[in-house]
Amino acid sequence: MKYFNMKALSVSVALSVGATSAMAAECIAPANPGGGWDFTCRQIGKILFDIGQVDSPVQVTNMAGGGGGLAFSHVVNERQTDDGLIVAASQATATRLAQDAYGGATADQVRFVGAIGADPGVIVVAADSPFMTLNDMVNAIIADPSSVAFAGGSSAGGFDHLKVLMIMQEAGFTDITDIKYIGVDGGADAVTQTVGDFTQGMTGDMSEVVGFIESGDVRVLAVLAEERVPGFEDIPTAVEQGIDVVAVNWRGLYVPKDISDETFDMWAARLQAVADSDEWKSAMIENGLAPFTKVGDNFQSWVDGVIASTEELSREIGVIQ
Amino acid sequence: MEILQNLQLGFSIALSPWTLMLAVAGCFIGTIVGALPGLGPSNGVAIMIPLTFSLSLDATSSLVLLTSIYYGAMYGGRISSILLNIPGDEPAMMTTLDGYPMAKAGRAADALVISGVASFVGALIATIGLAILAPALSRIAFEFGPGEYFALYLLAFCTLGGVASNNQAKAAFASCLGIAIAMVGLDPNSGTPRLTGGNLHLYDGIDFLVAIVGLFAVSEVFFFIESKGKSGATNVKVGKVRVPWRDIFEVRWVMLRSSILGFICGVLPGAGASLGSFMTYITEKGIAGEKGCFGTGVPKGVAAPEAGNNAAAGGALVPMLTLGVPGSGTTAVLLAVLVTLNVTPGPMLFVEEKEVVWGLIASLLIANFVLLAMNVPMVKVFVKILEVPPAALMPTVTMISMVGIFSLTGSYFDLILVVAFGVLGYVLRKMDIPTVPVILGILLGGKMEKSLRDAMVLSDGSAWGLIYTRPSDPTDLSMIASSLLVAAVLGFIAPMFLRRILRKPQRVAD
Repeated sequence: MKYFNMKALSVSVALSVGATSAMAAECIAPANPGGGWDFTCRQIGKILFDIGQVDSPVQVTNMAGGGGGLAFSHVVNERQTDDGLIVAASQATATRLAQDAYGGATADQVRFVGAIGADPGVIVVAADSPFMTLNDMVNAIIADPSSVAFAGGSSAGGFDHLKVLMIMQEAGFTDITDIKYIGVDGGADAVTQTVGDFTQGMTGDMSEVVGFIESGDVRVLAVLAEERVPGFEDIPTAVEQGIDVVAVNWRGLYVPKDISDETFDMWAARLQAVADSDEWKSAMIENGLAPFTKVGDNFQSWVDGVIASTEELSREIGVIQ
Repeated sequence: MEILQNLQLGFSIALSPWTLMLAVAGCFIGTIVGALPGLGPSNGVAIMIPLTFSLSLDATSSLVLLTSIYYGAMYGGRISSILLNIPGDEPAMMTTLDGYPMAKAGRAADALVISGVASFVGALIATIGLAILAPALSRIAFEFGPGEYFALYLLAFCTLGGVASNNQAKAAFASCLGIAIAMVGLDPNSGTPRLTGGNLHLYDGIDFLVAIVGLFAVSEVFFFIESKGKSGATNVKVGKVRVPWRDIFEVRWVMLRSSILGFICGVLPGAGASLGSFMTYITEKGIAGEKGCFGTGVPKGVAAPEAGNNAAAGGALVPMLTLGVPGSGTTAVLLAVLVTLNVTPGPMLFVEEKEVVWGLIASLLIANFVLLAMNVPMVKVFVKILEVPPAALMPTVTMISMVGIFSLTGSYFDLILVVAFGVLGYVLRKMDIPTVPVILGILLGGKMEKSLRDAMVLSDGSAWGLIYTRPSDPTDLSMIASSLLVAAVLGFIAPMFLRRILRKPQRVAD
């Protein structure tokens, strides 16, 4: 442990001295250490080296700021042809691009390589809630929108909020601005608010509620994945209950735009290799991620679709004009 | 029995050589930091934060290191109080009253030993209290909705203001300044940028660590430059260190009473260690009466505030860990560290992060014994360190802080901000405006705003939502929210009247 820490120290010192000889691959985590993007960089970077896809360890640079916007503009403005650069991305990247939260930057200024895991969305109620199915809840909201409030770990207009809105829109409810939502400090807090009866529903990611499912404090009304999640086979999907909504918080990468197609394909192949590795599979289990692999050009078009629909929804609720 | 199991888990983490080493190192550094005048526990912890990041310590290790420094500083503060008549940190202020007279009377070694033992008793009782009380407190989590949280944050601001300054208006101004700084960044509900001037660096708001290093460490350097470097030579000789068993036996009840009272002071959000040492000294002085001769150099006058401030230091960890509300300036800094490490202190901490919490509690118990060893038999080592010329010390301290801030974000912009906060801190302190409420404002202002706005969303915009907090039952008056609000108002007003009765010492804050 101690040796590792000293090594980390010397790496960070070397970094801050400013040696940018781009021999080794670099992964930018657009956030502080800890948290999803940092995890993506560190895990993918480590596995790339462990399975021999890269010759030297991938350097992880934390570049926090603007919810990922600082790193995005850094890549667009200064690293546009850097072959050795990958950047951690997730659904939050797509949501913020859709909502113009990166100061005018757009998704076509970079290339999305792929996603290799996802945290499926969930709609959760307290164990003693009167709602037994997703449709019970939807019908109660349609009857009286102010009777049900949701808590989620993202801010208003964020992905957790949008999940509820997508469900209600799919159910034919049009006054989506009437739906009450408070964004609290993370999923655990949102569950606490719901168990404490301050809000009637919780919207979040599967990994955020696993502990509370086990403790028996909450029930999951629906998981917003294409199929039931391994390990939680008794939780129905929203699709099964007649509400065609899939909302997963994917974890993946983007690269600079002006790299050659060969380099892009090389990164796609490397990412695919990580997705297929046993190391990644066990890392996913440890971190509550479900399998979700989309790599290469079809991922780019999938992200474009997600961004377009998020933009439309955000416009409707007035997050953007 | 669950406590024993948890403690066992804690010790299995704390007794690893790496964690143990961190605890010992933290105790040593902390005692030095505490002993050096001007470097209090909050500075000490703030300065060491960068180290935890550059060593990429995990949450448990960071907490162990930083709380050992915290505890160590609480011990160390007494050394310069007794020897130099300059409190090493603000909570040690009360120790000067009897400690220095004792030293002048040739009993410096006795005073150091008695206060060391009192510190040990206080910290030990507080750590046990933390282990027993905190899990119970963590169960009330489900009773806290947005309305309750708003009331709690308000209480923290109101009471801290009353303790941190002689002038309520100045404390309130400082709090408001902090809250205003907290407004910089994206609006939490709509995502609209506020007060950023279009600068992407400011979209995430201003990091509390930047503010802390600027307001505490850098402003300290400015003061040092201004004073052209007063030397820290000891003017009292320390004789042979022997244990004055009779004195220690005599003050046993004083230590116990003071520990309990200090712990309670610590648990109250916003009160902190300074209040602990102040309250215990005043109480013991009252109990002893005229014949107690407090202020002339009596062992009781040394034991009471030291047991009190160390117990309060432990007590202050209770609301910080279980509610995410810091009980003092130092715990505000610790809270910031935890948040940066992606550990969310709060009601769920004891459920979700058992390793972190119990590893910490076990480490604190161990650290306490280490500190007793360091501060009684080895106390002369620290006496020597007081002779390091500040001209060498201060630049080193500043350099460490700057490197640390840069390694945190990798952005020069934050370094400019640090210096700006240093200037702000200098100006504020020149005007005798306390800086701790500014930090608290930056740390909690955003949360307070958020809980207020969330409460409004849940109650459809009705102000009654602040006390009728459960929307599913609009007649259900929240006892927690309403009593916290009453306490907040009283906590803000009461010091204005009490101040006339109790003569308070200058600058009380830790």
